[in-house]
Amino acid sequence: MNKSWILIILVLILIILGGFFVIPGRLAGKVNIEVPQFLQKPFKLGLDLQGGVYLLYQADLSQIEKDNQESSIEGLRDIMERRVNPLGVQEPIVQLQKAGDNYRLMVELAGIEDPQEVIGIIDKPTNLEFREEMSFEEKMEVINMIPMEEVEKMIENLKLETGEDITKEDLTKYIPLYNQTDLTGRYLKKAQIQFDQTAYEPMVAIEFDSEGAKLFEELTRKNWHKPLAIFIDNQLISSPIVGRDDSAEEGCISGGKAVISGGFALDEAKQLAQNLNAGALPVPIELISAQSIGPSLGKISIEKSIIAGMIGFLLVILFMIVIYRFSGLLAIISLFAYIIILLSLFKFASITLTLSGIAGFILSLGMAVDANILIFERLKEEVENSIDDKAEISLGRNIDSAFSRAFTAIRDGNLTTLIICVILFLVASGFVQGFALTLGIGILISMFSAMVITKLFMKTLAGTKLAKFKRIWIR
Amino acid sequence: MNFLRYSKFYFVFSIVLILFSVVALSVWGLKIGIDFSGGTLFEIKYIKDRPEIVDLRKDIDEIILGEFTLQEVGEQEIILRMKEISDEQRQKIIESLGSKDDYSIEEEKKISPIIGGELKKSTARAIILAFIFITLYVAWAFRRVSQPVSSFKYGMAALIALFHDVLITCGIFAVLGEFFNMEINVPFAAALLTILGYSINDTIVVFDRCRENLIRSRKEFKDILNLSLSQIVVRSLFTSVTTLLVLFSIYFFGGATLSSFVLTLIIGIILGTYSSIFIATPLIFIFSKKR
Repeated sequence: MNKSWILIILVLILIILGGFFVIPGRLAGKVNIEVPQFLQKPFKLGLDLQGGVYLLYQADLSQIEKDNQESSIEGLRDIMERRVNPLGVQEPIVQLQKAGDNYRLMVELAGIEDPQEVIGIIDKPTNLEFREEMSFEEKMEVINMIPMEEVEKMIENLKLETGEDITKEDLTKYIPLYNQTDLTGRYLKKAQIQFDQTAYEPMVAIEFDSEGAKLFEELTRKNWHKPLAIFIDNQLISSPIVGRDDSAEEGCISGGKAVISGGFALDEAKQLAQNLNAGALPVPIELISAQSIGPSLGKISIEKSIIAGMIGFLLVILFMIVIYRFSGLLAIISLFAYIIILLSLFKFASITLTLSGIAGFILSLGMAVDANILIFERLKEEVENSIDDKAEISLGRNIDSAFSRAFTAIRDGNLTTLIICVILFLVASGFVQGFALTLGIGILISMFSAMVITKLFMKTLAGTKLAKFKRIWIR
Repeated sequence: MNFLRYSKFYFVFSIVLILFSVVALSVWGLKIGIDFSGGTLFEIKYIKDRPEIVDLRKDIDEIILGEFTLQEVGEQEIILRMKEISDEQRQKIIESLGSKDDYSIEEEKKISPIIGGELKKSTARAIILAFIFITLYVAWAFRRVSQPVSSFKYGMAALIALFHDVLITCGIFAVLGEFFNMEINVPFAAALLTILGYSINDTIVVFDRCRENLIRSRKEFKDILNLSLSQIVVRSLFTSVTTLLVLFSIYFFGGATLSSFVLTLIIGIILGTYSSIFIATPLIFIFSKKR
């Protein structure tokens, strides 16, 4: 007997404490209670409640060989992450997804004020390439393809500019013509600004990954003392001379690290570093799904859901107490426990709360009561059919049989809804998953709260004098 | 109470509803939303005055060459739906809405038909899976009750009741789609699946009682069924009532975003409760007579 009372008091205390844990901070503030820091952890809100952007890109791997596909797609992910990080989003999500044969990239950015801006920024595919100068012969080929009038015009202009006699062959020195190489932005790990030790001149330090380092070494060896051009979106950005400060006849830059220097103003250097970092998208992408939600819609959704939830809950409380009286009251207590447990679970496990998740949660409130209703209806039958002996004993016995008999119906019924939740969770995504998750967890926990907590309360209180008033226990 | 005596009425009523739904679905079909068909959606909230819809419509008509719908919502919002548009078209539409300070884009969705097609497939798959698993489960749960109706038949009766619920719900939404422009999106499919689970839940409560009475009693099958129903009807009603109370409060007080989703659930649960008592159980009786 004593053990049960201790348990009851324990449960009540947990409910009250849990309440403070779960109540949004501002309410706790009104009651002037000091909630310890770690308990003030906020709920993790989904995109539709916080506002934000959800983007789904389809990657076009048709131009890339099978062996390179994995690494290309991962490179794509890394670059997207690099673009997303400076936006100041708390927890940006950049994920690869596979749907059948399709590789996709999902980007989720929560809490953004103006979603429209962001889509523009990270979307831009910049094509970063390092190109090497064409050889003399190659350049002549190109020049020979240009119509005669153009060539002559160019020679005239150059003669005026330089004051020298220019021949067609000389054009090769003045016209920058480059060939594409294998070294593209995908191998670039990072670019950042450095300052020359002595002159405090801004420079751009670049670093390649291990594959890129090898390619870079080859390229620099081949093009020692020649320009290595940096092209972004087919525009020439910069063409620093390889090994300009090194007087050796031959050489190369190994190790994948190099510094681009030479008369940069700070702005120019910053711009170059930024451009390099924006990198190349190694795989062309197409936006196939986008959703952006303004922050005010999210706030309104939350407020309205809370109100709806509270009203719904109140209606259920009223119903239970009017119909099932004292037992109904006990069921409500266990319902409170259920809510507290569920919300605490969401907080602790940082489960993302979405609008559909809230819907699932509120729905599970209605269904949580169902188990109790089944039990109470059973109880009514048991009491009406039972022999009239000592009130405390018979009620307790009736309660026991009510719980055990109702269990199969509760179990079977809830199991099918659970099967549906599992199917929904596995097959669907986004909206549906959130709904299925909260509904499923809700059903499991509500079974526990109905079978265990309500039973605890009922059994214990049935052992008291209250058992004499049979009419308050059943309808 | 002799529920089964009026079985004919229940069946007629349901058949009428089913026929009506089939007709509605064939004639009007479900209004497929952009989640499944692909397209673009804008939900715009004007801070002060909402521009004239007629003017907006004309402007947008010039930009988009195809169909689109422009709806007013409440006092200050509009919802704009159209097929896929290019970036330039989007830009032009944004400009035609007004100056940037006059409005805010509450929600913008763009879904390519590729994704729409995939969603359609995965939804269909989920629904089929659900039907299969539920039938299997019911047959298994009632495996020991083989007389006078095999456990498999219990599964069949439950399945028919489910089809009934889903079909009529879809029929109702065909009407809502035609007259109220209610679209079918992913939430609708999720609600449909939830209805499956809930309806079966309810049906099992009834069957479970039948099973118990069957074991305990020596009466005629018909009487056992009627007895079970009388014992069950109140609790079945009450469990639905509590769920409906909650759903109605979401429908009236929750945001507009959830309202069609919740409406689906409400319709489905009402049908589900009705079908467990008035369709599934009489069916069991009919199955028992065919020997």
